[in-house]
Amino acid sequence: MFRGTFEPYVSPFDPCPPIKVKTFVLPPQLFMNVQPPGLPQYSPAEALRQGSLWPALVDGFSKKEGIF
Amino acid sequence: MWVYEKKLLYPVEVSECNPRLAKYIAEQYGGADGELAAALRYMNQRYTVPDKIIGLLNDISTEEFSHLEMLATMIYKLTKDSTPQELEEAGLGAHFVNHGSALFYENAGGVPFTTTYIQAKGDPIADLYEDIAAEEKARATYQWIIDVSDDPLINDSLKFLRERENVHSLRFREAVEVLKEERDRKKIF
Repeated sequence: MFRGTFEPYVSPFDPCPPIKVKTFVLPPQLFMNVQPPGLPQYSPAEALRQGSLWPALVDGFSKKEGIF
Repeated sequence: MWVYEKKLLYPVEVSECNPRLAKYIAEQYGGADGELAAALRYMNQRYTVPDKIIGLLNDISTEEFSHLEMLATMIYKLTKDSTPQELEEAGLGAHFVNHGSALFYENAGGVPFTTTYIQAKGDPIADLYEDIAAEEKARATYQWIIDVSDDPLINDSLKFLRERENVHSLRFREAVEVLKEERDRKKIF
């Protein structure tokens, strides 16, 4: 999972219902810097679907996560 | 809320009247990678970044405003008492026609400041990487101004400002590392 979370300050006087935990993306390139050789690869068909030949570079953002 | 101290962050001294140098310094005053863009960018991004780095953006934004004040002082002193003819010879004829002797937020080419120079993407990593890039671009801009300036006193102040860009860049890089530590941290909510 390439995600981080934080808990923003919530005031008892906030006008909207508070979102107590916010999630944000920490994409894989932050942790790799230089891609090591010989990483496992997807099949060509799966690589085309994922946008990368290497699973280690895919963080899989989806609408369902509700990141905003 | 801010408390104002009626003095500059670092002294600004000027060797001689030099409106052409003032025109070049305007790049850091109201240009795309200048101090105004930096200050406004950080001051606005700070609301929606993770709580651990709000203070950093607040502090650096505040410092950028003090840099802006130094640049304004430089531009004011370098152009003070210049005649319209002298301004025109220095390439500031159009500036004089539009603004008289006043300062204005514009780049070295006279293009007025626009908020399209800055961004708030609402994604902490995207915003911090923009901030790091902005600091490096500002550092480079100071280098090129120092290269074309032959005023040793102005260059002393510009060197100070250039070094601060390095420090800010590192602070933003550290902020990225702080956020990276939040990866998959198990929390009980």
